[in-house]
Amino acid sequence: MGRKILFVTTDQQRYDTLGCNGGSVARTPVADSLAEAGIRYERAVPQSVVCMPSRSTILTGQHPTTHGVWMNGVPLPVDAPSVAALLHRHGYRTGLVGKAHFEPYLDPFGRFTENTLARSGAETVQDLWADGSTGPHRGFEHLEFATHGTAAPLHYILWLWQNHPEAIGMYYPVLDPSFNVNGAGGGVTGAPQVHDNPIQKDWYHTDWVADRTISWLNSLAADDDWFCWMSFPDPHHPWDPPKSELSRVDWREVPLPAGYPASQAEREAILDAKPRHWRMWYDGTLVSNFEAPRSWVPATLTADQVREVNARNAVEVELIDEAVGRVLRAIESRGWTDDVDVIFTSDHGELQGDFGLLFKGPYHVDALMRLPLIWRPAPSAGIGPAVVSRPVGLVDLAPTFSAIAGLRAPGWMQGRPLPVSDADAAARGFDRVLTEWDSDLFGIGVHLRTITRDGWVCTAYRPGHVHDGTEGELYDLADDPLQRFNRWHDPACAALRCDLLADLRDSSPPARAEVLELQAPV
Amino acid sequence: MAVIRHELRIARPPDEVWPAIGDPAALPRWFPGIIDAQVDGRARIITASSGLSLPEEIVTNDPVRRIFQYRMTAPLVSDHLGTIEVADTGDGCSLVSYETRCEPDPLALVIGGACGNALRELRRQLEGQATPAKHEEA
Repeated sequence: MGRKILFVTTDQQRYDTLGCNGGSVARTPVADSLAEAGIRYERAVPQSVVCMPSRSTILTGQHPTTHGVWMNGVPLPVDAPSVAALLHRHGYRTGLVGKAHFEPYLDPFGRFTENTLARSGAETVQDLWADGSTGPHRGFEHLEFATHGTAAPLHYILWLWQNHPEAIGMYYPVLDPSFNVNGAGGGVTGAPQVHDNPIQKDWYHTDWVADRTISWLNSLAADDDWFCWMSFPDPHHPWDPPKSELSRVDWREVPLPAGYPASQAEREAILDAKPRHWRMWYDGTLVSNFEAPRSWVPATLTADQVREVNARNAVEVELIDEAVGRVLRAIESRGWTDDVDVIFTSDHGELQGDFGLLFKGPYHVDALMRLPLIWRPAPSAGIGPAVVSRPVGLVDLAPTFSAIAGLRAPGWMQGRPLPVSDADAAARGFDRVLTEWDSDLFGIGVHLRTITRDGWVCTAYRPGHVHDGTEGELYDLADDPLQRFNRWHDPACAALRCDLLADLRDSSPPARAEVLELQAPV
Repeated sequence: MAVIRHELRIARPPDEVWPAIGDPAALPRWFPGIIDAQVDGRARIITASSGLSLPEEIVTNDPVRRIFQYRMTAPLVSDHLGTIEVADTGDGCSLVSYETRCEPDPLALVIGGACGNALRELRRQLEGQATPAKHEEA
C-alpha cells in the first residue's frame, strides 16, 4: 500500500485569498492548517492564465505549446498524455469530481465526452491513450462533472434537475442571449456577474463536489491507493454564492485591494504605460478574449463594485475551505490520513479590481499569475513543513504526483517534482517558470510569452492585432509587487531584459507538430 | 455576422466526394455529433447526439456546380448559412470547403468547429483511413 493523493483545485483563485498567504477577507482555516503542516509555495505560476490550457498542463505535465491547447475552446485530444492514466496503469484508483474543462462546454452537437457522460449514466468511457492502448477516459475510472451555472448537461446539473428542479433557474446565467459572457450586473452595486442566488447551501455546487468526492472515496477499499482530483468551479465568476451565506462578509467592510488604484487618473496612467490592449480593454474599445463580457466596460467599475465582488469571492472561498475540511474528515474516518498527500492549488488567478479591471485575459501580472499552492505531504513520508519562495509551475504537478506514487516522471512530462524546501529548489535549479498566452478571436490575435525569474517578470509580445512584436512588460516583483511600473523601456534594465528574453527563448518548450483547431469559444 | 471557413483536399475525384454532400439525408454518416437527418423536400431536421433537434432549410443543392447550402432555422441562431463546395483540382483530387456564416458570433465558432471536424471525417472515410478508436461505455 502506497501514498494516496487528494488533489484539490479551485478555479480562478488568487494567491492572496488565503489567510496563510496574507489574505484577510476570507477565513480559510483548513487551507491554513495544511500550509502549516506542509509546504507553502510563494511563487507558484500557471503556464496559462485561462482554464482549458492551464488544466491541460496540470493533466499532461506539459506546457501549452506542447500539449497544443492554446486557448479556451481548443479541446485536449482524448489521447493526450495524462498523469491519471499513468497512475491508473500502476494500480491507482483514479477519480475526478467537479470541473474538468479539457473540452469545450458550448457543445450543442454533444461531440465531447465531458458533455455526454452524465446522460449516458456510465462512470467513464474507454478511450485511446497516448501510448496506443485503451483505458478509461484520460485515465479516470470515475468522473462526475460540474461547472459554473446550469447551462451544460453535466452530472451536477442533472442531479439538480432530478432532485431540486426549482433551483435550476436560481443561478446567474453565465452567457447572455447572444451566447457571449454575460455582463449583466446585480447585487447592491450592479457589479457584472454578481447575483443573489437563493439556492440552499447544500444544493450549491461546492457542497455537491465535496459530497460526491466523499461518496467516491467511500466506495474504495481500505487498502486501495487512489488519486482523487476534487475540482471546485468556484471562486470563478459568476459571483453567486448561496444568498444565505452572504452575511459572512459584509461588502461594505471589505477594504479596497492594494492593486486597485482609487484615482481614475492614476489607474489610467498605469494602464497607459503597458501595451495598448490593456487600456483599450479598459476603455471598451477592444475585447480580445471571450472570457471578458463584451457588453461591460471596465472603466465603469466603481470602488463599491470592487468591494462587493471581493466580498462574494471571499464567501465562495470560505465555502470551499469548509468543503475541503469535510472531505479531510471523511478521509480521517477511513484511517487514511497518514498516507494521504494533499495538494491544493488553482488553475489561474483573477483581476479583482487590479488596475481597475475584473475577470481575466492576456495580462501576465500577479493577479492572474500568482497562485495559491500548498502541498501537505503524507505524514508517513516524513517531509517537514517549509515555505518555498523560488518559482514553481503547475507543470510540476504531474511529476509530483508521479513521485508520490513512487514512479519516475516519464519523458513526456516537462516539469519536475515540486521542491520540498528552498534549499531543495536551489539545488535542483528551480530558477524560472514560463507562461504563455495565445488567442485569436474573430481575427483579434494576442500572443504573449513570459518568463518569471530572479524576482522579475518579463513578457515579450509577438505580433498580433494591436501589437507589432516590439512591445513588452518588465516588472521587478520585489520593488514593485503590484506591477505598476513597466520597466521594459528603462535603459537601466536593458541588459537584464536581454538576458531574460534570451533565457525565455532558450527555455521554450517544443511545439506540437499539428496546430489544434478552435472548436468553440469556451 | 461571423464567418468560419474550413478547406481541405481530399484525394478522391469530385464525383466520389459529391454524393455524400449532395445527399442531405447522408449527413449523420460523416458529421460527428449528428445522429439523424430527416428530409422532406427542402426541409431537413437534424438531431444532434446531445438530443437537440435543429430544423434546417435546404437553400441550394446543385450537383453541376457541386454546391450545397442550407440554413439553420432553429431559434438558437438568429441568422445562419452553411455552404459546402466541392472543386475539381484537376489531378484526381477535390478541394472541399465548408463555410459557416452565423449570428450570434460565438455560435459560429461552435458550428464552424463541428463542420471542420466533419470535413476531416469525410476525408478519412473517403480516403479509406483506419477508423479512429471509438470509445465505449465502461
